[in-house]
Amino acid sequence: MNLDLARWQFAIVTVYHFLFVPLTIGLSVLVAGMQTAWVRTGNDRYLAMTKFWGKLFLINFAMGVVTGIVQEFQFGMNWSDYSRFVGDIFGAPLAIEGLLAFFLESTFLGLWIFGWDRLPKRLHLACIWLASIGTVLSAYFILAANSWMQHPVGSIVNDERGRAELVDFGAVLTNSTAVGAFLHTITACFVTAGVFVMAISAWHLAREQHVEVMRTSIRLALVTVLVGSAGVVVTGDLQARLMTEQQPMKMAAAEALYDTVAPASFSLITIGSLDGSEEIWSLRIPRVLSYMATGSFDGQVEGINDLQRDAEQTYGPGDYRPNIPVTFWTFRLMIGFGLLAGLISVVGLWLTRRRARAPVPRWFFGVSVVALVLPFAANSAGWIFTEMGRQPWVVFGTMLTADGVSPSVGAGSVLLSLIVFTLLYGVLAVIDGVLMVRYAKAGPPPTAVPDRNHDPDDPGATDTTDEPRPLAVAY
Amino acid sequence: MELTDIWFLLIALLWTGYFVLEGFDFGVGMLLPLVGRTEADRRVAINTVGPVWDGNEVWLLVAGGATFAAFPEWYATLFSGFYIPLLLILVALIVRGVAFEFRGKIDSDRWRRNWDIALFAGSVVPALLWGVAFANIVAGVPLDADHEFTGTLFTLLNPYALLGGLATLLLFALHGAGFLALKTRGDVRMRARGLAHGIGLATVVVGGAFLVWTFLAHGAAWTIIPVLVAALALVGTVLMTHRMREGWAFLLTATAIVAVTVTLFGSLYPDVLPSSTDPANSLNTTNAASTPYTLSIMTWVAVVFTPIVVAYQAWTFWVFRRRIGTADIPVATGLPARIPTP
Repeated sequence: MNLDLARWQFAIVTVYHFLFVPLTIGLSVLVAGMQTAWVRTGNDRYLAMTKFWGKLFLINFAMGVVTGIVQEFQFGMNWSDYSRFVGDIFGAPLAIEGLLAFFLESTFLGLWIFGWDRLPKRLHLACIWLASIGTVLSAYFILAANSWMQHPVGSIVNDERGRAELVDFGAVLTNSTAVGAFLHTITACFVTAGVFVMAISAWHLAREQHVEVMRTSIRLALVTVLVGSAGVVVTGDLQARLMTEQQPMKMAAAEALYDTVAPASFSLITIGSLDGSEEIWSLRIPRVLSYMATGSFDGQVEGINDLQRDAEQTYGPGDYRPNIPVTFWTFRLMIGFGLLAGLISVVGLWLTRRRARAPVPRWFFGVSVVALVLPFAANSAGWIFTEMGRQPWVVFGTMLTADGVSPSVGAGSVLLSLIVFTLLYGVLAVIDGVLMVRYAKAGPPPTAVPDRNHDPDDPGATDTTDEPRPLAVAY
Repeated sequence: MELTDIWFLLIALLWTGYFVLEGFDFGVGMLLPLVGRTEADRRVAINTVGPVWDGNEVWLLVAGGATFAAFPEWYATLFSGFYIPLLLILVALIVRGVAFEFRGKIDSDRWRRNWDIALFAGSVVPALLWGVAFANIVAGVPLDADHEFTGTLFTLLNPYALLGGLATLLLFALHGAGFLALKTRGDVRMRARGLAHGIGLATVVVGGAFLVWTFLAHGAAWTIIPVLVAALALVGTVLMTHRMREGWAFLLTATAIVAVTVTLFGSLYPDVLPSSTDPANSLNTTNAASTPYTLSIMTWVAVVFTPIVVAYQAWTFWVFRRRIGTADIPVATGLPARIPTP
């Protein structure tokens, strides 16, 4: 009971938090790029882009920040036995993430938001880049922590103390799983931000408003999505092989592959029995799974039943199979939604090419707007797959999820916090959604050009410190 | 000095940084309804902390992460044991955080009024509950042999802890009033100064009582020094407020917060969470700690990066050092409450 409630709570608050994070990471870099273009060219179109996308970025950033606070504390709240067991290893990247990344992003973002008329242009530009670097760094450290749960390296289990202990921090930071997950996540962040910019630009272009700004934006977005998608595919391929080697059960579950075969086909769709233990019908592409899992079209892929038998021999009696329908479908949705976003960007780049004879057809704008859901759905599906596919383990091969929950926290408390967070996050989702839509529709602000009289780069215009004049930006 | 002692000190330092910095922006949030009679006044108050509140809050996240890394047992017992108060703090910090960003986004009095309530409540609740939590940490809570908390929510709501909560609430309110008096001009400055008087006297009484209780019941002999420093700093704050020396007044409330935090951590050492059921069940810097290997890596990271963080945060305060008044507040740029029909 406690276990289920605690898992639901972790899933809800974490998936929710991760709706905002990839957009923050990707968009911070895009906005920094736009501002760089403005500083280098002086073209006001880039300034309008920086201000417009920057405003949407900040609305999203606020949600990412506040939902992130919960993440730092919930391991202790609902997963105290997990925390006791892993703290020696898992805590370090979390603390370093705070010290190196969170301070950097929050402090320099504050400087960026309010520093438009306070800082010289280039220093102000450096602030958004430093904030971006902070967001990317934070991704690395938290993924290193998560990757240790997927593939525990650099550690031993001290039975006397009943905990895992760090013996090689370098191994934790250079864990192949972490490198793979980081590259896959970061490229996905660019796809997310790219699709976000693409969808909103398309909405305006369909209405023939803010055409200059939005045309430049959509081209930037389409290139970002294409490059990001290519990166996602390449890194996803790398990850699939690591997964086969490190967590073969997860790969088998992704495929609902019950019996070991060589070569293995990839099923596009499989209908299984209700308890998920048997296959009834499927549509398959020959040999593709072998390639995904092993890099060879003839490779052998182990099946769930064999792996379950092996696991019982190694770890003792128990059910070591994850929830097959969930892993099977989230794996497909992740890949499907991701590929679809990439495909749209190829079509879009063709339709919006400079030498295009025909105007961009309206259906493309419609498709682009609807495509907004794709990266968010793919990101969520990907994480649900990764985490559900590791079950029943919380630390693969080392600690069961069931052994990680807080023994001293009653079901009532967990249920209460589950309800409180769900309701609060629901209300915030509505508010955030309304603000996002309204600010996206409002388009770039008309007064994007800064007040030349107070250009901090121009010493002649520098004011004395206490002379009252309106701030360029204020809450 | 052992690595575990260094980490006890570093965690004390992180909490000190958190209370000194977020202390004043909690204070600003709490006093918002009192100093801000008009919309322009309220925006003046909010914008004094606008550029820095998020950076201030990171001190809490790092304190949490560092506790997890250096003293996993402490992290696990504390946050599972203090479950409901922590839940309330998290909810408060969430609504408060979005309130800063969202408040000006829609140009409507009702919208802004709701976010003002969020800012106020989101500041009062943590300011009170951090005091309740730390008083309980110092006094000890029922822990069994597995270091699991065996009390209930009501165990935590004892008189000493409630006094502690009231003390931090007043202390942060005073700190915020001092910050507003220092950073604004015009009506907000005058009102903040007036409030600092009243709150200052109340803080001397309540804070003094809490310090005396802490010293008598839980203090080590040497903690008389920070207790006296805190008491003198609070009295000094009242005097400096009276003499309209705003810079000194703010510096003295900051000193008082540092001294109170030193008193609390000093009284706690070498325990990190004493057990009130059996001293043998207490968590201390040794039995709660990570391995020396983890602690030494973390020490290097902290020694290199903490000064850098302090330097750039200090620079941020320098960049935004100017006082602001209603003349500095630009016209509201929020979208209208209703979508205009063409």
